[in-house]
Amino acid sequence: MSLLELEGVQKRFGAVWALRGVTFAVEPGEVVALVGDNGAGKTTLMKTITGFHRADAGSIRFDGVALDARQPGEIRRLGIEMIYQDLALAKMQDVASNIFLGREPTRRLFGTPIRIIDRARTEREAEVMIRKLGARVPSVRYTVGQLSGGQQQSVAIARALTFDPRLVIMDEPTAALAVREVEHVLDLIRELRKQGIAVILISHRLTDVFAVCDRIVALRQGEVVADEAIASTTMSSVVAHIVGAA
Amino acid sequence: MTIEAAGIPESKRGRRGRLMVRLESVVVLAVLVALLSVLSPYFLSVSNTLNILLATAVIGVLAFGATFVIAAAGIDLSLGSVLGLSGVVGALSINAWGMPWPVGLLFCLGTGALCGSINGLLVARAGIPAFIVTLGMLGVARGLALVLTNGVPVYGLDDAVVYIGQGRPAGVPFPVFVFLAAAALLHLVLGHTRFGKYALVIGDNEGAARAMGVRVQRHRIALYALSGTMAGLAGLLFMARTNAGDPTGGINYELTAITATILGGTNLFGGRATIAGTLIGALIMGVLQNGLNLLAVSSFYQQMAIGTVLVLAVWLDQANRARGQR
Repeated sequence: MSLLELEGVQKRFGAVWALRGVTFAVEPGEVVALVGDNGAGKTTLMKTITGFHRADAGSIRFDGVALDARQPGEIRRLGIEMIYQDLALAKMQDVASNIFLGREPTRRLFGTPIRIIDRARTEREAEVMIRKLGARVPSVRYTVGQLSGGQQQSVAIARALTFDPRLVIMDEPTAALAVREVEHVLDLIRELRKQGIAVILISHRLTDVFAVCDRIVALRQGEVVADEAIASTTMSSVVAHIVGAA
Repeated sequence: MTIEAAGIPESKRGRRGRLMVRLESVVVLAVLVALLSVLSPYFLSVSNTLNILLATAVIGVLAFGATFVIAAAGIDLSLGSVLGLSGVVGALSINAWGMPWPVGLLFCLGTGALCGSINGLLVARAGIPAFIVTLGMLGVARGLALVLTNGVPVYGLDDAVVYIGQGRPAGVPFPVFVFLAAAALLHLVLGHTRFGKYALVIGDNEGAARAMGVRVQRHRIALYALSGTMAGLAGLLFMARTNAGDPTGGINYELTAITATILGGTNLFGGRATIAGTLIGALIMGVLQNGLNLLAVSSFYQQMAIGTVLVLAVWLDQANRARGQR
C-alpha cells in the first residue's frame, strides 16, 4: 500500500474545472516532483490533500485513512505538513508562536481546568528546532514580520518538520531564494528522504527537480499527463509534457 | 540538515516588543492627568478618581469585547445598542415578568450573548461584512429595546441589583470590581490561551490560521458571541447603576469603546491587541470625559471630542506604522 493514494480527484471553482480526475500515489520516503504550467492545478491539488479545499469527487487516502471530509488540523495530526508558497505565517506573531501555530503546548493554570499556553516550553522547543535546522534566526521572540524572506522561509520549514511528519509538501520552496539557500533546501529534501519522510515538491525549476526527485508527475489543465521515474526521462521530455507538445 | 538565512544584518529595532501596553498610550494618559490636575483642583481627589473608575467600568467592559473582535480583524458597531437591549430585557424580566433577580441578571448576559451570536453567524456563515451586520444589529437591537418598553424606562429593581450598580464595598464602587475582574480574566484569555492566540492569528493572516488547523468560522462566531456577552455585562452594570432598564441606554457607546480600544494600541486591521492596552485606553476616555465635565464643557462638545480622538488615534497609529516599515 502506498503512503498517499489519490484517485480520480476532481475540484471545480464555479465554472472552472481545476482538477479533472487526478490519480497518482506517493511511496514512503519517495521524493515526487509535481510540475506543470501556471494554472495547471498543482497548488489546488496540494491544498485539497491538506484539507484547505474539499474535493468534489474522488478519494484521497493517507496510510489507508480517507482524508476526504477532514479538517486541516486533523490532516496535520495524521502526519501531512505543507510549506505554502506564501509561507502561511502570522507576521505579527513571534517565531515560536508560528512554529507551534495550531499545536500550542498548554498547561493547567494553578491546577484549575483552565488551560493556558505553555510559553516557556513553546520557546524552548522552538529554539531546539531552529538550531537543529541551523537556521540563522536571531531569536524565537522576534516577530516574523521583522525577519528577512529567507529567515521567514526557515520558520515555515521548521514548523513543518517539528511534529515528525510522514509527508511534507513544498510549494515552490526555492522560488524566492538565493543560490546558496536553494542548495540548503535541496540538501534538506535529501535528508528527509534518508529519514524515510516522503516529499512532494512543486517547482518550476527543473534543475532542482532533476537534482533531488525520484519521480516526476506533470499536470496539465487539471489532469496528470506524465508520471515517470526521473532516471527514465529527460528535461526536454518533461518540458514537452508541461506545455502539451508531447 | 541546514537552512541558512545568510547575511541578514540584525535589525536594530528587532527586539520583540513584549510590553503589554504601548508607551504612547501611557504617555497620553499621564499627560491628560497632569493637565487636568492643573486645570481643576477637584480632579485628583479620591472621590473623583473613584468617579472616573466608575464611569470607565461600563465603557471598559464594552471595549474589552471590542478588543477581541477587532483583534480578529472584525468590528462590532452594535455594542451600545446591545447594551441598551440587555438592560431592558434584564429590567423587564425582573420587573414585569416576575423573574428572581439572579435570573434577570442572566437574562442581561444572555441577551448580549444571543445578539453577539447572531452577529457572528451572519458574519462567519453568511459571509456578510461585519460592518454591515453589526450596523444592522445596532438598529434592530435599539428598535427592539424601544418596542419592548414603549420607549419608557423600566424603573425599580431589587436592592441586590441596585447594590451591584451603586454599592461601595470598602468605599470602592462595585462596578469597578467587576471591571477589574473582567480585565484580569480577559487578559488571561487574550494573552495566554489558544482562544486568544487564534483571534490574533485570524486577524493577522486568516489563510495561515485555516491552513494550520484553526476552525476560523467557528472561532469568529465565538468572538462575536463574547463581544455581545460583554455588551450584556455592560448593560447589566448600566441597568444596576441607573436602577432602570433604559431603552436609550448606551447610545453612541460603541464610538467610545472602539476609540478606547484603538487608543490602547489594538490594530484596527487585526493581529495586534492587548487587554492591558484597552484598559489604559478606557481610562483615557474616562479621564477625558470626567475632565471635560469638571471644566463644564457641554456634553455636545464631548461627543465632538471623542469622535476627533478616534480619528486622531487611528491616524497616528497608521503614521507610526508607515514609519516603522521603512
